[in-house]
Amino acid sequence: MEQKTVIDIRDVNFRYDRESVLKHINLSVPQGAFVGLVGPNGSGKSTLLKIILGLLKPKEGDVVLFGTPQQKFKDWDRIGFVSQKANSFNTGFPATVHEVVMGGLAKKMGLFHRPGQKEKEAVEKAVKAVGMESFLKRNIGDLSGGQQQRVFIARAIVSNPSILILDEPTVGVDRQNVESFYHMLTHLNKELGMTLLLVTHDIGTIKDKVTHVACLNKYLHFHGSMKQFIQLDEQELSHLYGHGIRLLDHHHDH
Amino acid sequence: MIEAILKYEFLQNAFLSGAVIGIIAPLLGAFIVVRRLSLIADALSHVTLSGIAAGLYLGQTVPTLATVNPLYFGMLFSVGGSLLIERLRSVYKHYQELAIPIMMSGGIGIGVIFISLADGFNTDLFSYLFGSVSAVSRGDFYAVIAIGIIVLVTVFLLYKELFVLSFDEEYAKASGIPAKAVHLAFIILTALVISVSMRIVGVLLVSALMTLPVAAAMRVAKGFKQTIWLSILFGETAVLTGLVSAFYLNLAPGGTIVVTSIVLLFAAILWKKDRN
Repeated sequence: MEQKTVIDIRDVNFRYDRESVLKHINLSVPQGAFVGLVGPNGSGKSTLLKIILGLLKPKEGDVVLFGTPQQKFKDWDRIGFVSQKANSFNTGFPATVHEVVMGGLAKKMGLFHRPGQKEKEAVEKAVKAVGMESFLKRNIGDLSGGQQQRVFIARAIVSNPSILILDEPTVGVDRQNVESFYHMLTHLNKELGMTLLLVTHDIGTIKDKVTHVACLNKYLHFHGSMKQFIQLDEQELSHLYGHGIRLLDHHHDH
Repeated sequence: MIEAILKYEFLQNAFLSGAVIGIIAPLLGAFIVVRRLSLIADALSHVTLSGIAAGLYLGQTVPTLATVNPLYFGMLFSVGGSLLIERLRSVYKHYQELAIPIMMSGGIGIGVIFISLADGFNTDLFSYLFGSVSAVSRGDFYAVIAIGIIVLVTVFLLYKELFVLSFDEEYAKASGIPAKAVHLAFIILTALVISVSMRIVGVLLVSALMTLPVAAAMRVAKGFKQTIWLSILFGETAVLTGLVSAFYLNLAPGGTIVVTSIVLLFAAILWKKDRN
């Protein structure tokens, strides 16, 4: 049986002015997968995400979303996105958790429509899925970094997307909460069947959670299942980054 | 007071216009403040001034324009200015705040030229600078009502888009909301509200009515909707208190409205401090 592809990136190149950021990127995300997109800072991860989300146009190459070329793609509510929170929102913003998550339905409801009972229930369900139901009426700025990030996941999944894209979601989340955060992601992936694409610079934390890995540093150096990745030897791994990387997390060193 | 309002048309014009402005200025102000665009309101008010001055001058020199309310010239300049600010913000991507001094000085510069041409300051101009209880005409009042309806309907219909755009612009774009169009609609509404509000609070203080009530509301509100409702409550209180005291004490209402807003703001800050 042929597996469906949610995101298909074909030979994409991207430059800012003259500086080449992405070269010949081919990447496909199969339905139901949990893909870790790994690369050091400045490797072009965020640029690639912006291209997938249609915020930047590739100089060459194609992006195909759910089998539709991106130029013709309209169902943006099938893609949930959680950005690096530090970049994109001011913590003093006077909005409750309920209001923030409701924002995730704006596109789906369409222009001029106002939320009703159905939308309210969807918000409550999404907030419950991330374990934040007792914070519905709290201001987002009063929550901890980890709690805020859960709220943003709720906002991303409230429209019931097929894929959830996360950009460095655990930056600013303390170590203890990172574990339960990934636990929640695994739950979304396994129980609710949501495809996940997670961008991170830290492969150690995700290596026993994801099903597929893609290593990016201007070029896509490796793209395959976690099983294949583990079989790479030390030399090939260091080639990916130009220097040695630690595959093992501190937790599992012993 | 009520008796006087029922008796004199000019007071009806001022109070009814003020009541509408007390709603729409803080309503848009809530979005302006959370989007950190407060200074844009200031820049636009200065551009409006140049429009008013141009209107006053043309009214003197071109007989066919003598009957046209200068407020409409103000609106025209203000909307044009808002579009120009957007253009400047994209030209100077990394120095977006540059658009503000450019527009502000441009607005005053052009305004001063027209004022000089129109033979200097007079009471009419003074009322545009600092607001007036007595100078609001029936025509001004109708313009306020029309803009008020447009603003309320637009914000009602586009509330969720405006909220998402204000909270997280990148997310709004990524989720496929027509962010550019919504932003454009918003900035044009802002320009219109500034030009009509000016009749009551004056050019120099109009941005205060859009920001001070919101600054107070943000201290005490839970959530964005509550911030909006409280901003309107504070804004309306400031406008009505300001107009009444301006009428009895024979002062420019711009001053009394802003001073009332500041008193409310300090009260909100102290109240919050007390609770912590």
